[in-house]
Amino acid sequence: MNKDRFYKFILSSSVVVLIALVAVILVLLVENSLMSIKEFSYTMFTKNEWDPVQKSFLLISMPFALFLALFLGEYNTSGYIHNFVKSCVELLAGIPSLIYGFWGLFIFVPMIRDAQMYFGVIPYGVGLLTATLILAIMITPYSASLAQEVIRLVPRDLKEASYALGATRLETIRRIIIPYALSGLFAGVLLSLGRALGETMAVTMVIGNSNFIPKDLFSPANTMSSIIANEFTEATDPLHLSALIEIALILFVTTSVINLLGKYIIKKMVIK
Amino acid sequence: MKESSLKYRQFKDKAFLFAVYSVVAISIIPLFLIIYYISKMGISAINWNFLTTLPKPPGEAGGGMANAIVGTLMLIFTSSIFAIPISIFIGIYLSEYQESKLASIGRYCLEVLQGVPSIVIGIIAYLLFVKPFGGFNALSGALALAMMMIPIIAKTTEETLKLVPLAIKEAAIALGVPYYKVILKVVVPTGLSGIITGIILGIARVAGETAPLLFTAFGNPFMSYNMLKPISSMPLIIFNYSGSPYDDWHAMAWGTSFILLIIVLILNIIAKIIASRWKIQF
Repeated sequence: MNKDRFYKFILSSSVVVLIALVAVILVLLVENSLMSIKEFSYTMFTKNEWDPVQKSFLLISMPFALFLALFLGEYNTSGYIHNFVKSCVELLAGIPSLIYGFWGLFIFVPMIRDAQMYFGVIPYGVGLLTATLILAIMITPYSASLAQEVIRLVPRDLKEASYALGATRLETIRRIIIPYALSGLFAGVLLSLGRALGETMAVTMVIGNSNFIPKDLFSPANTMSSIIANEFTEATDPLHLSALIEIALILFVTTSVINLLGKYIIKKMVIK
Repeated sequence: MKESSLKYRQFKDKAFLFAVYSVVAISIIPLFLIIYYISKMGISAINWNFLTTLPKPPGEAGGGMANAIVGTLMLIFTSSIFAIPISIFIGIYLSEYQESKLASIGRYCLEVLQGVPSIVIGIIAYLLFVKPFGGFNALSGALALAMMMIPIIAKTTEETLKLVPLAIKEAAIALGVPYYKVILKVVVPTGLSGIITGIILGIARVAGETAPLLFTAFGNPFMSYNMLKPISSMPLIIFNYSGSPYDDWHAMAWGTSFILLIIVLILNIIAKIIASRWKIQF
C-alpha cells in the first residue's frame, strides 16, 4: 500500500512541477518587464504595430488550408492518394522553421527580388511579402490538419440527407459541412494565428528587420519575435532588455489566450 | 432559393473538385522544392572533412562542423534525460486520474506550454539558468529544449494510455496486482508504441530549434564537451552562417541544413511507421 502511495506521489508531483513551471514563466516575465512597463506604461503595444505579417498571411494560407482539409476530410478519406497527401502535409509540418527561413533566404528572396525589379519597386527581396509567403507555406499544414479533424466530425447522416435531397457535393459542402463545422474552423484559424505569432526563425531571416511601420507590402519590417531574436544578445542597457522581455510577455499572454480559446471551442464542438 | 439547371450545378461541382485537386497539388509542391534545393546545394558541400573537422575562418578552404554535430547530439541527449521521465509521469497521471482537479489544471498548463513561442522559452531559460550563473552554457540550452519537449511527449503519452481498455486493467487488479504495478507492467507496456512515437516526435521537434538556443547555448567555434560552457549546434551554425557575407560559409550552411533536414524527416517517418504498425489493437 505504501508503494502505491509513493507512486501516486511521484506522478502528482510531476504535474505540480509542470504547473509550477508555467507559473514561474509568467512571474519571471512580469518581474523582468516591470521596469519597462513603468517607464513606457502600456503605450508600447499600441504605438508600434509590429505584426502586420501575421494578419496578412491568414489571407493566403486559409483558402489553401481549407481546400487541403476538404480533400483529406471529405473527398479522399482513405486510400493511397489520401495517405500520400497526408504524409506530405505531415512532413511539411515537421520541417524545422529554420530550414524554411534558410531556404526562403536563398531561393525565395532572389525570386521576389526579380519580381520587384519587374514591377519597379525597390528590390529589397526581404520584407513583409516574403515573410508572409514563407509563413503561409509553414502554417498551412498545421491549419489543414486542424480543419480536417473538424470536417470529419460532421455527422454522416446530415451529409447523406443532403445528398438524398439531390444536392451535389459542392452544395453539401457549402450548405451542410461548412456551416456545421464553422466554429471549429474558426478555432483552427485562431490556433494557426497563435502558431504564426510565435514563429521566430523563418520570419527573422526573411523579414529584413526594420523598426519602422512598413509603408507597403514590399518593404522590410519586423515582428515581435524577430525583434527579440535580433536584439536580445546585444541589449546591454537594462531598460532595453526589460522592454524586450515585455515583448516576450505580450507574446506569451496573447498566444496562451489564443491557444486556450481555440482548444476550448474545438472541445465544445467534439462534445456536441 | 435561386433555381439553376442541373447541368450548371453539376458543372460547378466538377469545377470545384478540380479546384480542390489543383490547390492540393500546389500546397504540397513546397515540400519537394525544399527537399530538392537543400539536397542539390547540400550534397556537394558534404564530404568526410565536413563531418570530422572544425570550422575554419572564412576564405580558408575546407573546414567542417564536427563541433556542431557533437553539440546537437549532446543537447538533444541532455534535454531528453530531463524531459522524458517527467513527461511520461505527467502523461500517466493525466490518463489515470482524468477527473481530478490537478489533472485539469495540468492539462491547461500543457496547452499553455505547448503554445509558448520558442523565442519566449529562450528568454525564460536565459533568465532562469544563464543570468544567475553569469554566462551562456549548454545546460541552459538543453533545459530550454526540454521545456519544449515536455508538452509533446506528455500529450501523446496521455492520448495513448487513454486507449488502453479498462478490462485489461481490471483483469490485472482482479489478480491482486497492486495498482502501481498495474500501471508499470500492464498499462505502460501496452501503450509503449505511443510513448515512443511521442519521444521521437519531441526529439524531431527540438532538433531544428534555434530560437531557444540563441541566448542559452549561444554557439562555440571550438569542440566542447563541457555542458557548463557555450556549445555549438547545427541550427545555430545555419542561422549564423546564412547571415554572413561569405560564400564558403553559405556552402557550410547548405550542407548543415541538408543533414538536419534528413535527420528530421527520418525521425518523422520512423514515428509515423511506429504509430501505424504498432497500434493498440484489441
